[in-house]
Amino acid sequence: MSTMKVLLAAGALTAVGATGAAAGTLDDVRAKGFVQCGVSTGVPGFSFTDDAGNWRGFDPSVCQAVAAAVFGDSSKVKYTPTTGKTRFTALASGEIDMLARNTTWTFSRDVDLGFTFIGVNYYDGQGFMIPKNLGVGSAKDLDGASVCIQTGTTTELNLADFFRTNNMNYEPVPIETNEEARTNYLAGRCDVYTTDASGLAASRAAFDNPADHIVLPEIISKEPLGPLVRQGDEQWGDVVRWTLNAMINAEEYGVTSANVDEMAGGASNNPEVARLLGSEGDLGGMLGLDAKWAYNVISQVGNYGEVFERYIGSETPIGLERGINALYTDGGLIYAPPMR
Amino acid sequence: MTLGRLWSDKRYRAVITQILVVAGMFMLLAFLATNAVQNLEALGKTFGFEFLQAPAGYDINQTLIPYDSRDTHFRAGVVGLLNTGLIAVTGCIFATILGFILGVLRLSSNWLINRIVYCYIEFTRNVPVLVQILLWHAVIVHTLPAVRQAVSPAEGVFLTNRGFYVPQPIFEDGFSLVVVAFLAAVAGVIVFSRWAKKHQEATGQIYPVFSIGVAAIVGLPLLAFFVAGMPVSLEMPELTGFNFQGGMVLRPEFIALWFALSIYTAAFIAEIVRAGIQAVSHGQTEAAFALGIKPNWTMRLIIIPQALRVIVPPLTSQYLNLTKNSSLAIAIGYMDIVATFGGITLNQTGKEMEVMIIVLSIYLVISLLISAFMNWYNRRIALVER
Amino acid sequence: MTDTTERYEPGTHPDLPPPMATHGPIVWMRKNLFSSPLNVALTLLSIYFLYLIVPGALQWAFFDAVWDAGSRAECREQGQGACWALVDVRFGQFIYGFYPEHLRWRVDVLAVLFLIALVPILWDKAPFRSRWLIYSAVFPFIGYFLLVGGLGLEPVETSKIGGFTLNVVIGVTGIAASLPLGILLALGRRSNMPIVRTLCVMFIEFIRGVPLITLLFVASTMLNYFLPPGTTFDLVLRVLIMVTIFSAAYIAEVVRGGLQAIPKGQTEAADAMGLRYWQSMRLVVLPQALKISIPGIVNTFVGLFKDTTLVIIIGLTDALGVGRAALSDAKWQGLAWEVYVFAAILFFVCCFGMSRYSIYLEKKLHTGHKR
Repeated sequence: MSTMKVLLAAGALTAVGATGAAAGTLDDVRAKGFVQCGVSTGVPGFSFTDDAGNWRGFDPSVCQAVAAAVFGDSSKVKYTPTTGKTRFTALASGEIDMLARNTTWTFSRDVDLGFTFIGVNYYDGQGFMIPKNLGVGSAKDLDGASVCIQTGTTTELNLADFFRTNNMNYEPVPIETNEEARTNYLAGRCDVYTTDASGLAASRAAFDNPADHIVLPEIISKEPLGPLVRQGDEQWGDVVRWTLNAMINAEEYGVTSANVDEMAGGASNNPEVARLLGSEGDLGGMLGLDAKWAYNVISQVGNYGEVFERYIGSETPIGLERGINALYTDGGLIYAPPMR
Repeated sequence: MTLGRLWSDKRYRAVITQILVVAGMFMLLAFLATNAVQNLEALGKTFGFEFLQAPAGYDINQTLIPYDSRDTHFRAGVVGLLNTGLIAVTGCIFATILGFILGVLRLSSNWLINRIVYCYIEFTRNVPVLVQILLWHAVIVHTLPAVRQAVSPAEGVFLTNRGFYVPQPIFEDGFSLVVVAFLAAVAGVIVFSRWAKKHQEATGQIYPVFSIGVAAIVGLPLLAFFVAGMPVSLEMPELTGFNFQGGMVLRPEFIALWFALSIYTAAFIAEIVRAGIQAVSHGQTEAAFALGIKPNWTMRLIIIPQALRVIVPPLTSQYLNLTKNSSLAIAIGYMDIVATFGGITLNQTGKEMEVMIIVLSIYLVISLLISAFMNWYNRRIALVER
Repeated sequence: MTDTTERYEPGTHPDLPPPMATHGPIVWMRKNLFSSPLNVALTLLSIYFLYLIVPGALQWAFFDAVWDAGSRAECREQGQGACWALVDVRFGQFIYGFYPEHLRWRVDVLAVLFLIALVPILWDKAPFRSRWLIYSAVFPFIGYFLLVGGLGLEPVETSKIGGFTLNVVIGVTGIAASLPLGILLALGRRSNMPIVRTLCVMFIEFIRGVPLITLLFVASTMLNYFLPPGTTFDLVLRVLIMVTIFSAAYIAEVVRGGLQAIPKGQTEAADAMGLRYWQSMRLVVLPQALKISIPGIVNTFVGLFKDTTLVIIIGLTDALGVGRAALSDAKWQGLAWEVYVFAAILFFVCCFGMSRYSIYLEKKLHTGHKR
C-alpha cells in the first residue's frame, strides 16, 4: 500500500507518448497502431455501447472508416467518450485524434477554437419535442414552458435567442447528458425537450409510446454535424475528409460492402469507381495511404447510405428518413467532390 | 569554508535547504508557465479576461438577481455564486438543526431510537454524496406528480415534480415599521441582557433574560405589524399555461441538492455533537449537582459551553465541506458557480485557464474566510490555562 | 420494605417477597424503551416510522422484485417491484467496466493479490510480517502490469478500466501514492525552516480549500497546457495525479495530528542520542506518529473512496457511470431507483467495513481513558 507511488511513476513512463505537434497526426496514428476517436457518451443510433460494451453507431462508423483507410482494419479504433463540455479540450490537447460526435460546424469553432471541420455527415437543425396531449402545434406557443436542454452546446444559445426574439419566457432545465434530458422530459420535469431534430427522433423512437409525442414543425437553427480534427495538420485532415467523401461517393456510384469485390474486380465500367477502389490511378498514395484504402473502408464499414440505414435509417428503431440527408441526386444535400 | 562543512552546520544547512527549495519552486513555476505560454500560442489562444464583459448568451433558471441572456459572463458568474451561497447557507442551517437533534437522540437511553439513528448515520455517512444527490433528484422527478396533477397540502402550496410552489409575500409600504420595531427590539434586548448581567454580578439577582428577550423580539414586531394594518399580501402561484406562475418556487434541483447535502452532512454533525457531549467529563455534572445547580442550568452553564469547545472546530470544517460539496450541483443541473461559470461559460468561450483560475480562487476565498472565522472563534473560547 | 431494626428469633424470620426482576425481555423493554413518558412517545413514534418504511421497502426490494428479465418492459410485466434484472445483466460492467471480457480474470487475480498485500499492513501480528511487507511493496508493479498489460500480457488501454474496478484503482492508488507526499508535507509544515513551512502550509490550505470536482476539471481541461508541448497523458492518469495531490493534503493534516501527539521528549531523546533529523524521524518519531495516524488515514481513504464517484462528471465510467449508461439504454430507461440503490449498497458495504476497521483501531489505541 505504501509504495504505490511507484505504480504511478511506472504508469507515467508508459503513458506519456511524445506526440509532437510538429510530427504529423497520421504518422502518430500509425506509430500508435490505432485511431483515438472522441465520441459522445450516448445518443441512440448515433453513438452507444452495446451490451458487450463496444461502441457502435453512426458517429463511431466514421472512426472505423478512418481506421480501415489507415490500417486496413476497421477495429483499430479506441474511443474516448466525451461530454459536451470535455469534447473540445480533448481534441485541442491531442488526447484524441479526431472527434466524431454530433458537433455543429460553426464559425467560432472552426476559426476561433482552432479546429477544422472536414465535412458534414448529417444535416440537422434544432427542433422541439412536446407531449401530444399538451395540444401545442407551434413553437411560438411555448411561452412559459419548461425546456430541457443539454448544456455546453449551441442548442442552449439558440434556445435563448429564439425565446428572446419571440418575446417569450421559459424555464431552462439544463442537463449534462442526452439521456438524462430524455429521462427528465419523460418524467415531466419539463414540457419541451429541445435538441437536434435527429436526436429528437432518435429519443422519441426509444420511448414506450412514441406516438404520444410530436416534434414541432419549427426548426430554429442550422446544425450541420460533422467530424472534426485539429487545425494545422492538413494531411490528417485530408485523410479523414476523403474517407468520408469516399463513403459518400461510393453510395453515389452504387458501390456497397456487398458488391465491392465485384466492383474492384472490374464489374463496373465507371472509371470513378476504379479510381475510388484503387484499381486505377494512385489516390491512396497521394493521401499517404495504401491504394486499397477506400476499398477497405467500403468493404469493412460500408458506404454512407449503408451506414445510415444500419444505425439510424427508417428500418431501425430510430427511424430517420433520409430527407435532406439524401444524395444530391435524390434531392438531398449530401454531395462529395469527385475522386479525381 | 567548504560546502561540506557548511552542510554539517545545522544553521547553514537550513538556509541552504531553503534556498534550494525556493530555487526549485521558481524553476517549476517557470517550467509550467513557459509550457502554458507555448501551448496557448500553438493553439492560437490568448490569455485575458475580456470575455467577462461579453454577453453570456444563455439563460439561467434560478436567479437571485435580475439576469437575462444578454447580460455578461461576469454577471452570469455572480448569479451562479449567489446560488452557491444560497445552497451553502440553507444547507448549513438545516444540517446543523438535524445534526444536533440526531446527535442528542443518538445518546438517548431509548434503545429503538438509538438504533434507528445509528443506522441512519452509518448509512448516510458511508454512501457517496453524489449517489445521494442523484437519488434524491430521481425521487423528486419520478415520484412526485406532474404540474397538472399537483398535490396541494395547503392553500397556495403545490408539490410537483417541477418543484414546490409557495405563495410569495409582497411587502407593502407600512412594512418598514415592522422592520424598525424588530431592530429596536433586538437592540433593546442586547442592552437589557448586558445590564442584567452586571446587575447579577453586583447583587446576585437573576432576571429571566431569555424569556423576556424572546417576548420582546417576537412581540414588538408583531404589535407593529398590526398597528400598521398588516402591510403584507401573498402572491399565490397559479397554474397558467405550462407552469405555475407567480409565487416562489423551490426547484427539484435545489431541493435534491439541499436535502442530500444537509442529510449527508447532518450525519457527520450528529457524530460530532455526540462526541462533544461525551467529551465533557461526567464529574462536571456531578460537581454542578453537588453545588446545587438545577439540571437545566447545569446543561446550559456547564455542559454546553464545554461541549461547544469540542464541537465547533469540526463543525466549521463540516460547513466548509458542505460548501465544497455543493459544487456537485453540476451533476443534476443546479446552476451554481461551477455549473454556470465553470461549465457553460467555459464551454462557450473556450477560456479554460481563465475560468478555472477564477473558480478556484472563489472557493479558496470562501474557505479562507470560514477558517479565519473558525480560528477567531477558537481563540475566543479556548481554555485559558493558568 | 422490612424494618431493619426489628429483630427476630432464629428460625422465625418471615419469607420476604422475591426481588424485582433484573433481567428478562420485559424488564429490558421497560428499561430501554418505556422508561419515561418521553421515551414511550419516542418508541411509539419510531415503531410507526418503521411500519411506514420497512414493509414497503421490503416489498419493493424483495417480494415484488424481478430478478430475471431482458428489458424494463419485461420487468413490468412480471411485477411492480425493483427490476434487479438490470443489475444482473450489467453486473459484469458494474464491476469491470469495459475491460475486455476474456481478460477479466486479470482483475480477479489482481483483487486477490491486493487483499494478500493488504494483510500485513492492516494486521500487525501477521506471521512473517516483515518479509510479507516486501511483497506488499512490490505489489504495485505487479498490479500495474496485470491491469494495463505489457511484459507478454495483452495490453489493455486505461480507458477500458471502469466500473467498480476504476473506483478501487483510483482510491487505492490515490491514497498509497499520497502517503509519502503527505508525510513530507506534514514534516514540512512542522519544520523550523520558515520558507519550507510557508510553502507547505500554502499548498495544503489551497488543496483543502477547493472542491475535488474543480481539481478534476483542472485535470480534464487544463492540465495538458502545463506540460511540455506535445506531451499528453491519458485522462485516467491525469485523474490519478490530481487525486493523489488532493489526498496528500488531507493525509498531511492527519499525519500532522499524529506528529503533534508525540511528546517532545522523544525528539529530544533522539537528539541526545546524536541522531540526525532524518534518522530521528525515520527511527523514532514517524513510526509512533504513523501508528496513531492509521485510523485517520483509513478515514481519509473512506472519504476519498466515496469521492472517486466524482469522476463521472468528467466522463469516466466508474460503477455509478456504468449505472447511468445503463439508464441511457432504451431497454432499461427509467430504472433510476434500482441503479442508485445498487450503487449505494455497493459503496456502503465497502465504506462501512473500512470505517468499522478504523473504529476498531481507535479502540485498540485508546485504552483506559473512557468513563
